[in-house]
Amino acid sequence: MKKTLSIILIIALALSSAFAGGASESNANEVYFLNFKPEIADVYTDIVAPAFEEETGLSLRVVTAASNQYQTTLRSEMAKSNPPVIFQVNGPVGVQAFTNDVAPLEDTGFYALLADKSMAIEQNGHVVGIPYAVEGYGIIYNDAIMRKYFALPDKAVDISSADEIRNFATLKAVVEDMTKHLDELGIKGVFASTSMASGTDWRWQTHLFNMPLWKEFGDILTTTEASTFEFTYNENYKALWDLYLDNSTTAKGMVSAKTDADSMAEFALGQCAMVQNGNWGAAQILGQAGNVVASEDIKFLPLYMGFEGEESQGLCVGTENYLSINIHASDEAKKNADTFLTWLFSSETGKKIVKENLMFITPFNSFTEEELPEDPLAKEVNRWMNMDGVTSVPWAFQGIPSEQWKQDFGGALLQYINGSMDWNAVVEIARNSWSVEAEIAGR
Amino acid sequence: MEKSIKKYFALFALPALICFLISFVIPFIWGFVLSFCEFTTITDVTFVGFKNYVRAFTVDNYFTHAFFFTLAFAIVSVITINIIAFALALALTRSIPGTNAFRTIFFMPNLIGGIVLGWIWQVIINGVLAYFEKTIAVDAAYGFWGLVVLMNWQNVGYMMVIYIAAIQNIPTDMLEAADIDGANYWTKLRKIIIPAVMPSITICLFLTTTNGFKLYDQNLALTAGNPNHQTEMLALNIFNTFYSRIGFEGVGQAKAVIFTILVAMIALLQLYTTRRKEIEN
Repeated sequence: MKKTLSIILIIALALSSAFAGGASESNANEVYFLNFKPEIADVYTDIVAPAFEEETGLSLRVVTAASNQYQTTLRSEMAKSNPPVIFQVNGPVGVQAFTNDVAPLEDTGFYALLADKSMAIEQNGHVVGIPYAVEGYGIIYNDAIMRKYFALPDKAVDISSADEIRNFATLKAVVEDMTKHLDELGIKGVFASTSMASGTDWRWQTHLFNMPLWKEFGDILTTTEASTFEFTYNENYKALWDLYLDNSTTAKGMVSAKTDADSMAEFALGQCAMVQNGNWGAAQILGQAGNVVASEDIKFLPLYMGFEGEESQGLCVGTENYLSINIHASDEAKKNADTFLTWLFSSETGKKIVKENLMFITPFNSFTEEELPEDPLAKEVNRWMNMDGVTSVPWAFQGIPSEQWKQDFGGALLQYINGSMDWNAVVEIARNSWSVEAEIAGR
Repeated sequence: MEKSIKKYFALFALPALICFLISFVIPFIWGFVLSFCEFTTITDVTFVGFKNYVRAFTVDNYFTHAFFFTLAFAIVSVITINIIAFALALALTRSIPGTNAFRTIFFMPNLIGGIVLGWIWQVIINGVLAYFEKTIAVDAAYGFWGLVVLMNWQNVGYMMVIYIAAIQNIPTDMLEAADIDGANYWTKLRKIIIPAVMPSITICLFLTTTNGFKLYDQNLALTAGNPNHQTEMLALNIFNTFYSRIGFEGVGQAKAVIFTILVAMIALLQLYTTRRKEIEN
């Protein structure tokens, strides 16, 4: 009797521990989307999901990875028995990590919406990633402070508005003269802190670096295939980089404690006149408590660094946001994923949410001029994209061979700031690391 | 009695065994297998042999640098933690007022998690260095000593408690006999106290050595390897390798296997040498 009881107990325990986790049932009518952008996670769960369910009867499950944790989250989610159907890849190099997981998309309704088909990522003759948001970056400036500067009686430049800054020489003259008038302008420095805290140097090792990279290779595809890199235009990079550092709100030795959020806060609080960032930063400026910058004063300037003919150079416009569909999902799940994406970017309800809540500048033909987002930086990106005689700079940095290269270059930049490495050594690291990483990447 | 223990052994041990199997043994074995594979998700793998082990050392020298940095850190922190903890234990076992309050205060940092401690110390150190317009990321030496201070702050209290327990367990007749024989304090310390607490020294050395080698969250929060990987320790390097390049997940895994073997070897060697010095009861 006792023996049977103990056996039953053991079995019960074993069974209960086996089922303790509770198997989650996969639901074919559910679209599982692993979202990349934490700043709009609430929009997906509170607005997009209910609206989608109401209009189509399908349900949407959105999981958002924490900031900087997308790759970690995606790898673990993909290994689960119920993996995400829609996930994000950050470009042609990013897609290589998931070569076996991306489904061909050329027959989807979502791909049909894409206005410029050359923007999609292709792999072995198949379309595998489709961009959904176009972004632009450059130097964001506060026009109110600029107007105050141009009204000064003893200003050292001839021009009288920030619109007239059309090359590096003018920018340098204005910035350096502004540094002489900090007290009159009521700012701590012309540029916001050059954030170099760990994980926040992407504005320099990726975004700013895009300029010499684009100048050397010309387009994204050539960059993606380059096995060596000369850094021909390193002096141009250094010119603007030094201008940032020497006219900053923060002393050089202190920048390694600053984050990009600190820089954006400085701009929003009116402590500086300029900050390098993209249109995604609009929410950071306008949402900052104590923000003193009026939305009509937030303007963009391209990243001038002394290239020949840079008067016709525009903002860096491109995307790192591509959506892919998981090839391992069932046919029905794939079809539902396409239904969701097509619905979001072409139905009236979907487009309204994209414009007002998600605030994407989309590359789709379903959007008209009036349906673009209304935040000041998105409008500025649009103004620069359509300006006569100006050409936008593509995001060539997508062709950087690995994350390691960015880390190596960022590390070298920090040592240059700290004075423990000279510029030639930085250039040397950028070159050597490129050949090493390109070889590992199989170029 | 014996019989019923046998009978119910399975009933009581099974849940723990199953948990141990699922959350430790299986991942451990699978992790070992993965170090010989190329993979993005751990369920879809291709066997590549020793390629990952070769790449761990040939592609860059961060791993070897991390090893020597970690070794130096472990040696310095083991010595400082144990000396300070032992000195505090000696001081707080004498009959001076307020010993209990001091014991509690010294133990408290141990209750705070590594990440939080890392941030707190980063703020403190950067706050001091700000007078010189510098931060902890300017020089690897700042990071190194910052980590040593942080590790002492966190571990001294814990080791102190172990030493206090051991010192209080020393039979008073031994010390009284030494007093009658006219031994001074240093002689008593060297001939009686230290030999008597040798088992605790073994435990404390073991704990501090392995803690020193396994350090991850404090390293991540305090310096994150800055400047340029120079303060990156083994565990952080393994994590960074995983996401640094496409196809390098297996290399990170290979480094993790090497790391496990290395730490196990050092810890066992250290246990063996200090065990020999313990007195038989």
